[in-house]
Order: sequence, then structure tokens, then C-alpha cells
Amino acid sequence: MSKLVIKDLHVSVEGKEILKGVNLELNTGEFHVIMGPNGTGKSTLASTIMGHYKYVVTKGSILLDGEDVLKMTVDERSRKGLFLAMQYPAEITGVTNSDFIKTAMHARLKDGETLPLMKFIRSLDKACEELKMRDDLPHRYVNEGFSGGEKKRNEILQMKLLRPKFAILDEIDSGLDVDALRIVGENVNDMKSDDFGALIITHYERLLDYIKPDYIHVLMNGKVVKEGGLDLMERIDQEGYDWIKEELGIEDDDTPNITSNILGTCATKVALKGEDK
Amino acid sequence: MSDNKKIDEIISTDYKFGFHTDVENVYDTGRGISEEVVRKISAFKNEPEWMLNIRLEAYHEFAKMNWPKFGPSLDSINFDEYIYYIKSSKGVEKSWNDVPDAIKDTFDKLGIPEAEKKYLAGVSTQFESEVVYHNTLKELEDLGVLFCDTDTAVKKYPEIVKEYFSKIVPANDNMFAALNTAVWSGGSFIYVPKGVKLEKPLQSYFRINTEQMGQFERTLIIVEDEGSLHYVEGCTAPQYSKDSLHAAVVEIFVGEEGYCRYSTVQNWSNNIINLVTKRTLVKARGHMEWIDGNIGSAINMKYPACILAGEGAKGTTISIAFAGNGQYQDTGAKMIHLAPNTTSQIISKSICRGGGKVNYRGLVKHTKKAYNSKSHVECDTIILDDISTSDTVPTNIVENDSSYIEHEATVSKVSEEQLFYLMSRGLTESQATEMIVMGFIEPFAKELPMEYAVELNQLIKLEMKDSIG
Repeated sequence: MSKLVIKDLHVSVEGKEILKGVNLELNTGEFHVIMGPNGTGKSTLASTIMGHYKYVVTKGSILLDGEDVLKMTVDERSRKGLFLAMQYPAEITGVTNSDFIKTAMHARLKDGETLPLMKFIRSLDKACEELKMRDDLPHRYVNEGFSGGEKKRNEILQMKLLRPKFAILDEIDSGLDVDALRIVGENVNDMKSDDFGALIITHYERLLDYIKPDYIHVLMNGKVVKEGGLDLMERIDQEGYDWIKEELGIEDDDTPNITSNILGTCATKVALKGEDK
Repeated sequence: MSDNKKIDEIISTDYKFGFHTDVENVYDTGRGISEEVVRKISAFKNEPEWMLNIRLEAYHEFAKMNWPKFGPSLDSINFDEYIYYIKSSKGVEKSWNDVPDAIKDTFDKLGIPEAEKKYLAGVSTQFESEVVYHNTLKELEDLGVLFCDTDTAVKKYPEIVKEYFSKIVPANDNMFAALNTAVWSGGSFIYVPKGVKLEKPLQSYFRINTEQMGQFERTLIIVEDEGSLHYVEGCTAPQYSKDSLHAAVVEIFVGEEGYCRYSTVQNWSNNIINLVTKRTLVKARGHMEWIDGNIGSAINMKYPACILAGEGAKGTTISIAFAGNGQYQDTGAKMIHLAPNTTSQIISKSICRGGGKVNYRGLVKHTKKAYNSKSHVECDTIILDDISTSDTVPTNIVENDSSYIEHEATVSKVSEEQLFYLMSRGLTESQATEMIVMGFIEPFAKELPMEYAVELNQLIKLEMKDSIG
């Protein structure tokens, strides 16, 4: 069993403080969901845990089984068992998906371990099938020309094959149609075990028809302001976030965010506020 | 697998192709160039008088000519210091068994026998100035394909050589074409008769093995109407402290509806100055493809050209250039459209690091008669650090009103988003950078035969090794 502990995390982007003291504790075997209006720092939290270069931690700590994550490079974090399924994964022209995944799997082999080619191909084929991905996917260039749904599935494919301790899923449901949502949801749910936990960032309650969360955390203005179980999530889905703001006396962050494309049904509720960055 | 091992073995040596095999030189002309040296070379080769005359005429042109007015400085060239002709082995060998052991040893290090086993249709291996190993399969002979070193061609097929030699690259074209024409030695001669289509690529390896020795191969390829050829040239060179000059000329003639692809990965050691003139004349509906890799040499100037002379002729150049510490790659392509409905495509990928300089220099010209012609040019550059530089110098000329030229150019650093993505999956920064660069050159690598692509990948990885701190 592993433990990921985030304590009083403060994070800035380009000089602006986005996270203002986030506390979270995750164990493997647990699924945590982070909800919250757009622009409150959900994706910032996800990217910071993985070590994205744009985010500067100004205060606080992240510990994975007692080890200081903030001192690790991005690749070390990955090899120690952290995984980020990204909202906008990069495209790598000229590199096939299977070459990429194979290299990533090799990167985490321990001394003396090997990954025979046939074993790799079998596990890749199996994972592709479980995600109902197109046959040619392993031979296409990483994320290049992928549809939005294919990109998301490709992230989950990597998660399945790399077997992290903790996966952070950053809006893995956006841009997925109903069938794809079910497939992705079921695949994530099937990963749940004593060796695997997830932090799921979502706007979309439907994903949670397939992924059964244990804890819900509401993030607003850079802080976790409310925690609970499934009932909390259902209320948010029906009533939005205004009641929480009222209850807790939270003022909207007055700094406007630049709005870009908004995907998913949650867009209608928050169309006037900037998209999560 | 054994190929990979061999390559690993080669590239893991400290010296990186710097191994030097001791071979007794049988004959050389001494240092420097003069009319006397040119006469000696011709006499030693027992050449017919017409070839001696071509050489002498070229030598006099050379003596009058000026240095190129563009590109890298060539100040380090001192024509008096080079040896212009060395013969290291007695005669042209037909069988591998007859090749001297020391030479074989060198070739073993390069993995040539393995390459041959696989899909060689014929081998012509140049060791220093003279072809020492030459093997033409019966298959080729039966088809009427002629494949030999150019020296032999002068004696055996004088009528063909006379008709084409120095016709598309005349001696007065440029200083180094003139020099080559005066002192050339070795190189490949290929003649593909009308309608003969070769399915397997023909290959040849070249090798320089003497300090301060100039190498001046002369390659002449003729693909008659409806013929088809893929020729692969590969070269690696030992590393020496003093400059060595390499000035080759490649002339290719593609007949009507003929097809020729010429693939090469140049990897001269980083002290060699490589100044090459490569040009093709393409007749109606013929197609020429240059697949041109440039990894080695200190200074490299090379602009493979297609003269699209017949209606519907097509020219393609796909190239990469890699400039590391102390390297200056000035490469590109030329497409000259002389006839209607001609098309051309140039894809150029450049990489620089460690203070290297890599330039794309290209010319696309559509003349008045070349109406309804199209050209597409794509130049992409990755600069891996802050001390390396790159320039793109395209010249596009359209002299009619129905042709068009598209030109796209990008210059970038390795994208941080891409690095983050790959590293978030556990790849180290250098693995991630390597993967991005390999992806960048994929459009070139995929055009090479498998074993060349493997070798190229290994070479690039090796070049990248000290690029990330």
C-alpha cells in the first residue's frame, strides 16, 4: 500500500498564485474526485504533482510514501509511480505509439528485469482491445491526428501498461461520447486495487456512473473547501457551486481568466467563467 | 539482431570510426596538383587519350577558377597539401576472398559482409582511390545492367562514358567540379537499359583511409527510358587531425518514364571538407529522387539538383543535415524546371547542437516554358541548444504565370510540452530529447533501406549523446 500526501500546497503560475494551501491525502485502493468551478486550480494541482515546468511551488509539500516528490524530476516521479493522464497530451511526430510506450515501459524496469518483445506486444494488444481502440493505433505517431476521444483513450492505455501507484486523471472525460465514456470509465474502475489509487478531476458526473469514487473534494479559489461522499457530488451536479459559496461566504476570484474552448456538458453551467487552466 | 550488435560495436569504440587499418600504399602521386600530376594519374590508369584530354581541359579550367562566393569559409583548403591519387590494392577484385586482409578487416568493422548478405544485388566498395572489391551478380548481367567502377567503364564502355561524362556537370560548372574532373578516381558507373526495372537496391561503400588524401570519386548513372534503379551509397571515414578534402561529382541521367533513387548517408569524420556536385537530368515523365543524409564532415556543401527537362518530369529531394560541435553543414537542393507540367518536392530536416551550424540553401526555378509546374518546399530545423545556429536561404524564381511554388519553413527548439509529456512517462530528459529528434528525422529515415535506417538512428543517437548536459 502507498500513500500520497499533499500538505499546504501553494503554487504560482507566471507570478500569480493559483493554489493557496491545498491539503489532500490519498491511499492506494481509493478513488478521490476533485470538483470545482473552472479556473479554481484543479488542473494546476494535477500538473504540479507531476512537475510541469510552468508551475512554481512556493510553499508546502508533496510526499509519496514519505519521499519528497518536489525534489524529484518529472521522469523520477513517473518511475516512482505517479502518472498524469493529460487534458491536452502533446503530439510527437515521427514516433510511433508502440515505440513510445515500449520505451516508457523499459524506463521503469528494475535491474535484471526484462520486457520480452512478444510479451510487450501481447499486453499492448490486450490493453488496446479492452479500450476498443483502432487496430492501427500502435503504428500511428503519438497523438498525431488522433481525435479527442482517441487521445483520452491513449492516455488510459498508457496508464494501464505503466501501472502507476497513483494516477491523476485531468478531465479525462471531456470530449468523450457516451460509449467512449463508459469504456474509459470501466477501464479506470477495473484498475482499482491495493496497489492503485486515483485522483480524478472532472466536471462530469456521468463518468462517475462507471468510476466509483470514495471521496469528493471541492476546490475553490485555490483551496479545498468542502469534502464528502457521493451525495455531495450529486448536489453539485444538480445545483452547481453557488450554494457552497454562499454557505462558506466565498467571493469569486476577480481576476478574469481567458476563455478558450469548453468541452462537456458542464460548459453550460460555467460558460461565463474562464476555462480551467 | 547481429546487425545491431555490429553497429553497437562500431559506435561504442572511443574513436568512432577512427580506426585506421595499416595498408601499404602501392602508388601515389605525391603532394600537390599540376598538369604533370594529372598526366601521371591518367597514365597510371592507362587511360585512352580522350579521357586524358577531358582531364587536362578541366585542370586548366580549375586553375582559372575562383572560390565559391557563398557558404562556409574554405580558407583551410591548401591544394598543395593533398595527395591526389593513391592506389592501395592491385587491380579490381571480383571475389571477396581475394581482397587483402587489412582491407577486409576495415570492412568487417563497417559490417559490409552482413550488408551484402541481406539484399545486395551488387557491391562495389571503394577503398581509398581505387575500387578493390567488386561483385556483380549474374542477375544484373543477365538484365544487361552494367555496374562497375568508373575507371573500368572508361575502358570497357567508352562509347557510353563519352556520351554522358561531364555533360550535365561540365568541368567549368564550379571549382570543385573542375578539380574532380581533372583528378577523379573511382566512383560507380551504372547503366540500366531501356525498360529494365531493378527491384533490389544497388549499394556501394566508400572509405577514405589516408591522412590528407583527397578523394575525388566520379559517379555516372544512366537509367534509360522506362528503366528503374535505386542506388545506395554509404560512407564512413577514419578520424585524423589534418584536413582531408573530398570533392565528388555525381551525374545521373533519367530517361523518359525512367526512375532513379539515389540514397546516401554521408558520415565523413569531422575533419573532412566535403564539397560535392550532384545533378540529374530528367526527361519526360521521368522521376529522380535524392535521399541525402549529412551527418559527418567539418564542412559540407552539397545541393543535389534535378534538371526537369522533359514534360511531366518529377524531382524529389528528402534530406537531413546534422551539425555538431565544429561542424558547418551548408546543404540544400535545387530544382530547375525547364518543361511544362513538371513537379518537384523538397523536404529538408536540419538539426544542430554543440555550436554547430546548419543551413538550408535551395533554389527552385520555373522557367518560361515550365508552365503549369508545381513545387513544394518544406524546411524544418531543430536547434538543440543556445550556441548552435541555422539559416534558411531559399531562392524561388517563377518566370511564367501558371506555375506555383509553396515554401514552408520552421525553426524550433525541442518543445517543452513534448519533453514534459515524454518525461511524465518515465523517460529521462536525454531519452526524451533523443526520441523527439528521431521522430523529427523519421520522414527521412523511413525512405532508407532498413539497415541504413538502423545505422542512421545509431549514428544520430551517438551524435546526441554529449548534447545534453
